[in-house]
Amino acid sequence: MRLYKLFTWMLLLSITCAVQAQTTFPENGVADLRAGYFAFTHATIVRDANNTLQDATLVIRDGRILAIGVGLSVPAGAVEVDCKGKFIYPSFIDLYADYGIPSVQQRPASQPFDFFRTVQLETNLKGPYGWNQAIRSEQQAHMIFTSDESKAKSLRELGFGTVLSHIRDGIARGTGTLVTLANEKENLIILKDRATAHYSFNKGSSTQSYPSSMMGNISLLRQTYLDAQWYKSQPQEEGYNLTLKTWNENQSLPQIFEANDKWNDLRAFRIGKEFGVQYILKAGQNEYQRISELKGLGTFFILPLNFPAAQDVEDPSDARFVALNDMKHWELAPSQPAAFEKAGIPFALTTSDLSNVSQFALQLQKAREYGLSDNKIIDALTKTPAEMLGVFDKVGSLEKGKLANFLITTGPLFRDKTVLLQNWIQGNKYVIKEDAGNIAGTYQLVVSTQAGKENYTVEVKSAGAATVYAKDTLLSRFDFDGKQLKLSYAPAPVKQRPAFDSTRTRGGAGGIGPGFSGKAEQPLPPTATRLSGVANGSEWNGVGSDSLGNPLTWTATLVKQGIVTMDSAHKKDLPVVGKVVYPFLPFGWEEGQQPKSATILISNATVWTNEAQGVIQHADVLIKDGKIAAVGHGLTAPTEAMVIDGTGKHVTAGIIDEHSHIAAASINEGGQSVTAEVRISDNLNPDDINIYRQLSGGVTTSHILHGSANVIGGQTQLIKLRWGANDEGLKFRSWPGQIKFALGENVKRSASLTGNSRYPDTRMGVEQVLIDAFTRAKDYQKQWQDYEAARKTYEAGKNKKLVEAPIPPRQDLELDALVEILEKRRFITCHSYVQSEINGAMEVANRMGYTVNTFTHILEGYKVADKMKEHGSFASTFSDWWAYKMEVEDATPYNAAIMHKVGLTVAINSDDAEMARRLNQEAAKVVKYGGVTEEEALKMVTLNPAKMLHVADRVGSLLPGKDADVVVWSDHPLSIYAKSLYTIVDGAIYFDRKKDEEMQQKVDQERTRLVRKMNGEKRKGAPVIPAQPSYQVMHSCHDHGHNHGLLVIDIE
Amino acid sequence: MQKIILSALLAASLPYLQAQETVLPAKEQQGSFYLINATIHIGNGKVVQKGAIKVTNGKIEAVGDNVAVPAGADNVTDLKGQDIYPGLILPTSTLGLIEISAVRATQDAREIGELNPNVRAIVAYNTDSKVINTLRSNGILLANVVPQGNFVAGTSSVVQLDAWNWEDAAYKTDAGLHVYMPSLLPRPNFGGRGGGFGMGNFGGQGNDPVKEGLEKMEGLKTFFREAKAYQQLADRKATNLKFEAVKGLFEKKQKLYMHATTAKQILVALDFVNEFGFEMVIVGGSESYQVADLLRQHNVSVILQQPHSLPTAGDDDVDQPYKTAAQLKKAGVLFSLSDDDSQTRGRNLAFNAGTAAAYGLDKEDALAAITLNAARIMGVADKTGSIEVGKDANIVVSSGDLLDMRNSNVTAAYIQGRKIDLTDKHKLLSDRFEQKYELKSTRKGF
Repeated sequence: MRLYKLFTWMLLLSITCAVQAQTTFPENGVADLRAGYFAFTHATIVRDANNTLQDATLVIRDGRILAIGVGLSVPAGAVEVDCKGKFIYPSFIDLYADYGIPSVQQRPASQPFDFFRTVQLETNLKGPYGWNQAIRSEQQAHMIFTSDESKAKSLRELGFGTVLSHIRDGIARGTGTLVTLANEKENLIILKDRATAHYSFNKGSSTQSYPSSMMGNISLLRQTYLDAQWYKSQPQEEGYNLTLKTWNENQSLPQIFEANDKWNDLRAFRIGKEFGVQYILKAGQNEYQRISELKGLGTFFILPLNFPAAQDVEDPSDARFVALNDMKHWELAPSQPAAFEKAGIPFALTTSDLSNVSQFALQLQKAREYGLSDNKIIDALTKTPAEMLGVFDKVGSLEKGKLANFLITTGPLFRDKTVLLQNWIQGNKYVIKEDAGNIAGTYQLVVSTQAGKENYTVEVKSAGAATVYAKDTLLSRFDFDGKQLKLSYAPAPVKQRPAFDSTRTRGGAGGIGPGFSGKAEQPLPPTATRLSGVANGSEWNGVGSDSLGNPLTWTATLVKQGIVTMDSAHKKDLPVVGKVVYPFLPFGWEEGQQPKSATILISNATVWTNEAQGVIQHADVLIKDGKIAAVGHGLTAPTEAMVIDGTGKHVTAGIIDEHSHIAAASINEGGQSVTAEVRISDNLNPDDINIYRQLSGGVTTSHILHGSANVIGGQTQLIKLRWGANDEGLKFRSWPGQIKFALGENVKRSASLTGNSRYPDTRMGVEQVLIDAFTRAKDYQKQWQDYEAARKTYEAGKNKKLVEAPIPPRQDLELDALVEILEKRRFITCHSYVQSEINGAMEVANRMGYTVNTFTHILEGYKVADKMKEHGSFASTFSDWWAYKMEVEDATPYNAAIMHKVGLTVAINSDDAEMARRLNQEAAKVVKYGGVTEEEALKMVTLNPAKMLHVADRVGSLLPGKDADVVVWSDHPLSIYAKSLYTIVDGAIYFDRKKDEEMQQKVDQERTRLVRKMNGEKRKGAPVIPAQPSYQVMHSCHDHGHNHGLLVIDIE
Repeated sequence: MQKIILSALLAASLPYLQAQETVLPAKEQQGSFYLINATIHIGNGKVVQKGAIKVTNGKIEAVGDNVAVPAGADNVTDLKGQDIYPGLILPTSTLGLIEISAVRATQDAREIGELNPNVRAIVAYNTDSKVINTLRSNGILLANVVPQGNFVAGTSSVVQLDAWNWEDAAYKTDAGLHVYMPSLLPRPNFGGRGGGFGMGNFGGQGNDPVKEGLEKMEGLKTFFREAKAYQQLADRKATNLKFEAVKGLFEKKQKLYMHATTAKQILVALDFVNEFGFEMVIVGGSESYQVADLLRQHNVSVILQQPHSLPTAGDDDVDQPYKTAAQLKKAGVLFSLSDDDSQTRGRNLAFNAGTAAAYGLDKEDALAAITLNAARIMGVADKTGSIEVGKDANIVVSSGDLLDMRNSNVTAAYIQGRKIDLTDKHKLLSDRFEQKYELKSTRKGF
C-alpha cells in the first residue's frame, strides 16, 4: 500500500492530494491513510461552460478525477455520494487573489516628483540586485507563500479552488505561484511554484525617486528589457545582477501586467509589443469606455468587479462637486464584463480590488444583470484563467486526470435560490452550507408543554421561510442551516400595521446567489414562542420556550413533500443606462457623433492669412478634405459645402501653443538630472477636459512638454486637439520629435524645503551635466558606429581575424535620445530664464555640435537676443509673467517685442491650461508692450510656433494645402472681446459655440437624471458612500503660483 | 504736454542713469489744471463724450461736457479724444507684502497662527516694491493690501500707489478684517492601487472636513461674542489685543472679508451678518452666482477673484468664470473684480474686467467693477472710484479702450491730482536693451 502510494505520488509529480501522507514528514501518532475514493452519482455535471452531463457520475481518488461520465458504475471501494438533484461544477480560479502573501506597504501610486523634498537617487536594497528599487524580478511568491485558512475559507465559500498569488510590490514583481485553497500544508497545495511573472505601473514600497512618473515607469521597463537582453552576453562590467538574471528566467512564464486603467492597458500592451511579450492585462473599472481600442489588442484580461458605489448626492451642494463622468461611471461600470463579452475579448474574473471578497457574489450578480451571460461567467472563472496560465491540463474543467476541484450546488449556478453546498479541493471536502435538502413541505408540529400538547401546521417554503398555522396564520420566523432549526411564532396582532420599511435579509444562500429574501416582515413580539432543534431526517425534534417562558419539547413530522421551484432562467431586461461618450467626460461625443472633416466655406470674412497677402477683407476660405483648399475673393461653395457666414467676423489659423502640459498622465520625471529616455507620448491622456476648453479658445495644436524638474527632461509630444480621439489619435502625425531641457532654479532644486542632494545645485553644475551627457552620448554614438562597422566586416567575412560576431553595446534609451539630438533628428526646447544660463547653454551646444532649437520661457531673452540669433534659436515666451521667483526678477513684457525686433522668431506660449485659451489675447500684449504689428503678434501664437516645431509646412497659416486648422472669431482676434465661434481641426468642427450651448444643456440634463438615479438607490436602501468631490489633477511645469480652482490638484 | 515731451526725452537720453529708484512720488498738486477733449468714463456707468475735467488742489472740481476752460492757459491738456477713466482699484492684493513669491525672505503676507485679527498689513507695505509701478502703467492707482492666512489673517488697508512710505500711501487704514474660511470640502488622499494618475481614495475617514470646518467657524463666532462683551466690560483686568482689534467691526468702521468659494461656505458666512450685523464682503466667490439672490438679500458684496480662471467643474459651462460677473450684476449684487494672479501680480485687472464685458456685462459696469464699486466695497467711495466732483483726482488717461489689451495704452495718470511718473522697471529695461540693439524706441505711453 505504502509503495503504491509512493508510486502514485511520483507519477503525479507536483500534483498532490491532501489525503496522502508526505513520506518525509514524521507522523505523531498512528498513520491514517485514506484513498479519498468517492463516486458522486446522479448529478448534473457541468464539465465546462459548454458541456453538461445529466444524471452523470464523477469518480475521484487521491485528489484527482478518475472518471466522469454517464452510466458509470460505482467502483468497488469508492464511497457513493448520491447527488440526485445536485449540480457539479469545476471550482473557480482567481488569478489575482491576494492569498498567502503578506501585503506590502505601498507608497501612493500617483505620487509625483516632489519639488519640495530631497531626492533618493539610489536603491535602498542591499544585495546583488539591479539599480532600481522598483524592479523586483528576483521576488518569488512561492518562497514566502504561507497558507492562510481564514482567507482560504472565505474564497472557498465563493466557489474558488485555485488561486494565483504574487507579491504586489514593484514595477517588476517577480513570479507568482499557483496554489489551491485546500487546508493543507504548503507543500501539498502549491500546484506550480513559478507560475507567472508580474508587472505593474506602481513602484510599491520603493522609496527611490526614479521613476516618479508614468512615463518614467514605462521607460524603466523598456530599459530593463534591453538591459536584460544585454546581460545575456554576460558583460563583465555588470558583474552578477540577480535582478536581471531572474528577469530573464521569468520571461518564459505567462506575463501578467497590472494596468488597472484603460489607457494603462494600452501603455502596457505597447511595452509588451515592443519586446515581443503578450501581457495578460489586469484591468481596472473603466475599460468599457474604450472597448474598441482594447478589442484590437488580442490579449487576455483579468477583470475585477469593484464597481463604484452610489454616492450620497441628496444634498445639492454636495452633488455640485460630483462630476458627471463619475456618476456616469457609477452607472456604467457594472456593464464592463458584458461589454468584454460582447466585444469577444477573452477575460477572467477576479476578487481583486474588492474592499472585501465577500462582495464578489453580489457584484457578479450585478454584472449578470448588466448582460454578462452565465456561460461566460463559468468560462471566466474556470477555463479561461486556466488557459491563460497554461494549466488547463490540471484545473479549469472536470476531466479525467485533472484535480478533483469541484463544487456541488443545489441548482444551476448564479440563480437566486441556488446554494453552494460543498467545495471539493484536491479531493478534500469543504462544506460551505449544510445540505438543507428539499425541506420544503408541510409538517405537523406537536408542541408539548406542562399544559399539554398543541398542534400546528408548518408550511416550509425554503430554508429561510415558513408559515405557521394554528387556527389563524401566525407571525413566524424560520431558519434552517441544513442541520439546526429555529422557529419562532406568535399570534398576529389584530390590527395589521403597515409593512415595515427596513428590508431584512435572511437565510443566506451559501455565497453564489444574492441571498435576499427581500420581503418586508413584521417584527415578532418579545413574547413569541421560540423553538430550536435538529433535523433527524424527515422528523425534527427539539426544545423551546413558550410565550410565558416555560420550557417545552416539540416534534415535527413531514406530512407532504413540497416542490422546489427554481427561478426561471430567462433574462431580465437590461438596465437602462446612459451612453458611453468619447472622451468619457462632459461634452464628449456619442458614438458616431465625432466631428468629421467636411467641406466648409467661410465667406466674406476678415481673413488673417499669415502669408504674403496679409489680412484680406471680405474674403472667403474654402476647406476640403481636411485641408485649406482656397483663400480669396468670390469663392464658390461646392454643393456639399457647409457655409459659414463670416460677415463681420475674423478668420485665422488655429492657435498653436508651444508650451503646454495638458492631456498627459504625468509631466515630470525628476528622479534623475538626465531623463532623456522618458516620453510624453507614452502617457498621453485624452480624458482631459482642458482639451475641450482650449478648443473653445481657438487652440488647435499643443506641444506637450516634459516639466522642468531636471536638466535634460523628457521627449515631448505635439498633439492636435482632436477631442474624443484616443491617445494615438491625438498625436500630430509625422512630426520630428523634440525634447525638453531646463536650466536654473528648478533643476538645481531651489524650491526644495529639505535641501538638495541631486546634482547639480548650481548653474555651474547645470553646465557640467550638459557637457557630461553629451560627452557620454558621443562616446556611445562611437561605440555603436564601431560595432556597426565590425558587424558589417564580420558579416562580409572579410576580416578573418574576426571569428566571433561582435557583441553589440548596451542599448541606452537615454543616450539614444541624445544621439538623436546630435544627429539633428530631435530638437531641443529649453526652459530658461537668465542670461548667464542661456549663454552657457548655447556655448555648450556649440561646443558639442548641436543647436538649442527653442528657448522656452526665455524671460531674459531680450538681454541675449543677438546671441540667440547667431546661434539660430527660436524664442517662446510668456507675454507678461514676472516676479514669482528670483530668476524672473528681470522679466519684462517687452521681451517678446525686443527679441522680435532683433530678428528672432518669437512665440507666446501658455504653460498654463487656463491662459492657453486666451493666447490670442496674450499675443495682443506684444502689440501693447513694444509695438509689434498686429499681424506679427498673431503669428506669435500661430505661424511662429509652427516654425519652431518644424511643422510650418502643415499648419500655422491659411495657405492652400495646409491642414485646415482654422478659427472663426466673433471679433478682432487680438481683442479681449473676441470669442471663437468655430474651432476647426483638420477640417472638422471640434468646437461650435452654438452647439456648445446644446451640449451644456445635455450635460445638465444627464446630471439631473443621474443625481435622481443615485438618490433613488439610496431611498431603496442600497448602500451609499458620502459624496466624493471629483478632483482633477492638473500638471504644470512648476512655474506656477496661481490656483486653478477648487477641484484642481496641481501636480508639478 | 511739454512735461510729457521732456520726460520722454529724458527717458531716451538717460536710460542708464535712470532707474526705478529715480521714479519719485509726485509733489502735492496745487492750483488747477484741466484735461479737455476726452471721452470720460465716470465710473458709475455714465460716459461723457468730448468732456473736460477741472482739478483743483488734488480734487475734482468740475467734470462734464460744459466745463468752463480758460482759453490758452498752460494748465490745459488737450487729450485729443483719448479716454479718461477713474484710477483703477485692485481690491485684493499682496502688493508691497510679497516681492518675489518663491523667495521666503521677501514674503510678508502670512503671519503664524490662526487667529490674528490684530495683524495689520499696512505696516509691512513696501512702497518701493518694483511691482507697484508696473501696475500704475496699466491704470491701477489704488490697491487693497491684504494679509494672507489660514483663518483669521488680519486687517487690510487701501493704499494709493504713489508714496514715499506706507504712512503716505495709506488711503484707508485697517478697513477690513480678513478671514480665510475652511474649505468645507473633503479632499482625497493620493494613493490606492495601480499605476495611472487616477485620484486616490477619500481616506482618513476619522476627520470630516465639513464638521471640522463648521466647528472652526463656531469658534470664530464665540470669539466675536466674547469680543462684543469685552467692549462693554467696565472693569477689564487684562487688555486683549485681539478683541481690541475687532472693535471697528461692531462699529461698522470695518468690514468683514470672508474668503470663500463654495455656496456652502457662503451660507455659513451669512451667520456673521445675521448675528453680529457685520458688513460682509465675500472674497473669491467663484461659486457666488449660485447664491446671488441670497447675497443681495443680506446686503453682502463680492470681490470676484480672477475671471480669468478655469471653470470649477468639468461639467460647468466652459465660460462660467467669464460669465459670473454678469450673473451677479443681474441679481443686483454689489461686486468688484480682482486679479490675484501671482505670475502677473495684478497688472491684468482691467483685462479681467474686459473679459466680463465680453461675456455679458455692460462695458461701463465692468469698469465700475474695478473702480466705483470696488471703492464702495472698500469704503472709500467718498474719496475715489469715480470722476465726480469733490473726489480725489485719481485719473487714468488711455489712448484706447483700457479694458482691451489690444488698445489699452495708459498715457498719463494722476493720483490726488498729482501727475505720476509712469516709468516702471519694465520700461526701463526695454529702454536699456533698445539702446543695446540700437532699436528705434517703440515704447508707447508717458
